[in-house]
Amino acid sequence: MNDPRTLIDKLWAAHEIVRREDGESLLWVDRHYVHEGSFHAFSRLAERGTGVAEPGLTFAVADHYVPTRGPRHHIANPEIARMVRQIEENAAKHGIRLFGLDDPRQGIVHVVGPEQGLTLPGLLIVCGDSHTSTHGALGAYAFGIGASEVAHVLITQTIWQRRPKTMRITVDGHAAPGVAAKDIALAIIAHIGAGGATGCAVEYAGSAIKALSIEGRLTLCNMSIEAGARCGMIAPDDVTFAYLKNRPYAPRGADFDRAVEAWSALTTDGDARFDREVSLAAARIAPIVTWGTSPEDALPIDASVPDPAREPDEARARYLREALDYMGIAPGRKLTEIAVDRVFIGSCTNSRIEDLRAAAAVLAGRTSKVPGLVSAGSMCVGMNGDLVAPGERCASTTNRNFRGRQGPGARTHLMSPAMVAAAAVTGRLSDVRPLLAGRKA
Amino acid sequence: MDKFTRLTATACPLDVANLNTDQIIPARFLKRPRASGFGEALLHDLRFDAEGRERPDFALNRPPWRGARIIVGGRNFGCGSSREGAVYALYDYGIRCVIAPSFGDIFSGNAVQNGLLTAVVSDGDAAEIMATLAHAPELAVTVDLEQQTILCGNRSYRFAIDPVCRHRLLEGLDDIALTKSYRDRISAFKASDQRRRPWAAPVLGPAVPGS
Repeated sequence: MNDPRTLIDKLWAAHEIVRREDGESLLWVDRHYVHEGSFHAFSRLAERGTGVAEPGLTFAVADHYVPTRGPRHHIANPEIARMVRQIEENAAKHGIRLFGLDDPRQGIVHVVGPEQGLTLPGLLIVCGDSHTSTHGALGAYAFGIGASEVAHVLITQTIWQRRPKTMRITVDGHAAPGVAAKDIALAIIAHIGAGGATGCAVEYAGSAIKALSIEGRLTLCNMSIEAGARCGMIAPDDVTFAYLKNRPYAPRGADFDRAVEAWSALTTDGDARFDREVSLAAARIAPIVTWGTSPEDALPIDASVPDPAREPDEARARYLREALDYMGIAPGRKLTEIAVDRVFIGSCTNSRIEDLRAAAAVLAGRTSKVPGLVSAGSMCVGMNGDLVAPGERCASTTNRNFRGRQGPGARTHLMSPAMVAAAAVTGRLSDVRPLLAGRKA
Repeated sequence: MDKFTRLTATACPLDVANLNTDQIIPARFLKRPRASGFGEALLHDLRFDAEGRERPDFALNRPPWRGARIIVGGRNFGCGSSREGAVYALYDYGIRCVIAPSFGDIFSGNAVQNGLLTAVVSDGDAAEIMATLAHAPELAVTVDLEQQTILCGNRSYRFAIDPVCRHRLLEGLDDIALTKSYRDRISAFKASDQRRRPWAAPVLGPAVPGS
C-alpha cells in the first residue's frame, strides 16, 4: 500500500530522473516554451557550440516585445526588431517550431500553449517567464526560470530543482455574480501576502475552484507567482478534458481517451498531507482592486485605502506612506472615490475571450468615460511601446502594480476585466455588481 | 563562473520589502546583450530621476555606499519577473552578495547561476544590520560562505543558504557540465517515460492551420 500522495508529489515523481543525496533532483522537461527575450540563453548555446537536445519539445513564440500597432514585419524599434529576428533565426537553426508573427496562432505564450493543446495535464513545463505558472490550470507542473536555466533546458531537456514545500489553497462555496477568478487570486494574495507562498508549489482546490472555467483557472494559476509560489495547479477534471479535446497538439481519438484515463489519476489522494493549508470562503470574496505598489495591497472595492497615521508599526507606516504617495492617493480615501485616466484589458492574465466577454457584459449599451486599450498582448511590462504616462492612473487587468511597471510613474490598479469595464463607464474605481443588475454576467 | 568564498566590503542598506525585479532593472534595459554591461541599469529609476540625474538621497548614491559590493535588503527581495537581467545588473554593478530575510525563488535560482550570493537572515538580524550600517556607513562587512557568517561591527550573524547553492558558489560550478555526466540516466529515463506516458508527446500538427 502506497502512502497517500498529493498531486504535486505525483507530478514530481513522474519527472524525477535523479535525486542526489544533497536533495537536488534532476527533472525531465516535457515542454519548453521560448520567446524573443530568451536571446541570452541562445547566446550561451552559441558560445558553447552546442545544439538543442529536444527541438520537438521546444516551442517558440515572439510575444513580450511585439508592438500592438503598426506593420508587424517592419518593427520600428531596432532593438525589438533584432530580438524578433533572433528568435526566428534561432528557431530555424535549431529546428524549433515557431509561431511567427504572420502565424494566426501567434499570441502570448501563456495563451498559445493551452489554446494549441501543447499544455496538457501531467506535463512539466518551463519557460523563461515567471507567469509560466499559468499552465498549471490544466494540471501541469509549470514554472518560470531564468536565462541560465533556459540554456540548461535547451541543452539537456532537464532542470535541477529542490523539492518545494506543498501548499493547498482551498476555496469553497459560491462566488457571487461579478466576482471572478481575478478576485479570488487577489483575495488569496491579500490574505497570505506577496511572499506568502515563497518556496511552495500550490494546489488550488475546493468547489469554487472546480466551478471555474479553464480561462478562469488560467487567470488564477497565472497569479500564483504574485504570492511568491513556484507554481500553482488545479487537478484536471471533466472541464479540463472537454477543453483539450480536439486541440491541435493534444492526443486524438483513442489516444485521447487513453490519455484521459491516465490524467484522471492526477488528483490528490484523500488523506494526503500538505506542508501548509489555507482556506477561503468564496461567498466572502467581493470584487477586489489594488491600491498600492504590490499585489498584496488589495482590498474589496467598498473599502478605503489605509491611513499610515493609524498604523502602529513604523516600517509598515512608512511603506504605506510611500505607496500612497507614489499612487497619488490621500490616506484613508474610499476606493470608489478614485478617478482613473485610462483602462487596459489584456496581458497573459486576462486577455482570453472569456475575459473580453465579461467586460462586454458590463460595457454593452454604455459609454466609456476614459480612453482604453484592449489587446491580446502589450502593456504588461511597458516594453512593447504601449505605456501609461507618468502620473496617469490606469485600471488594468494585468498582474503587477509595481512602480513603473506600465511605464515610468504609471499608477496601476489591478482588477478583473469586469471591474475594469466598470471603471471605464464610471470614470472611477467602481463596484461592478450594481452595473450587472438585470444583466447576464 | 567566479567562486565565492569570503568577501569584505561596504554594505548598502535598502530597507524596502518586496523589492521586485522590475525595480532592480526596468524592462526597457533588458533588450541589450550581456556584453554591453548591465551595471548602469541597476535600480535605475530609483537611482536616477526622469532627467537622468542622480537622486542624491538614494542610499546607493551616497558616498560610503556608492560602489558597495553587498546589499542588505528587505523581505521578498527580487520577487516578480524571472528576468535574469536583475542579477546581471547587480553583478555588473559590483554586488556579490545580497543579505535579506527572504528572496523570490526564481531570483535566488538566477543568482546562484551567476555567482551572486543570497544570504538569508532573520527579520530581526536584517533590521539590526541595517541599523548598524545607518550609524556606521563606512563599516566593512565580512561575509564568509564557508562559515555561513556575517561579521558586522562587533557582532556575528549566521545566515542560511541552500547547501547545494552554497557548494556551487564555493566551487564556481557549471550546471551544464554536471548534468552531462548524467547522460545515461537521462536517456534511460526518456525511453521508459515514453512507454509510461505515451500521451506526453506533442501530436505534430500542421505547420500552419489548414495546410
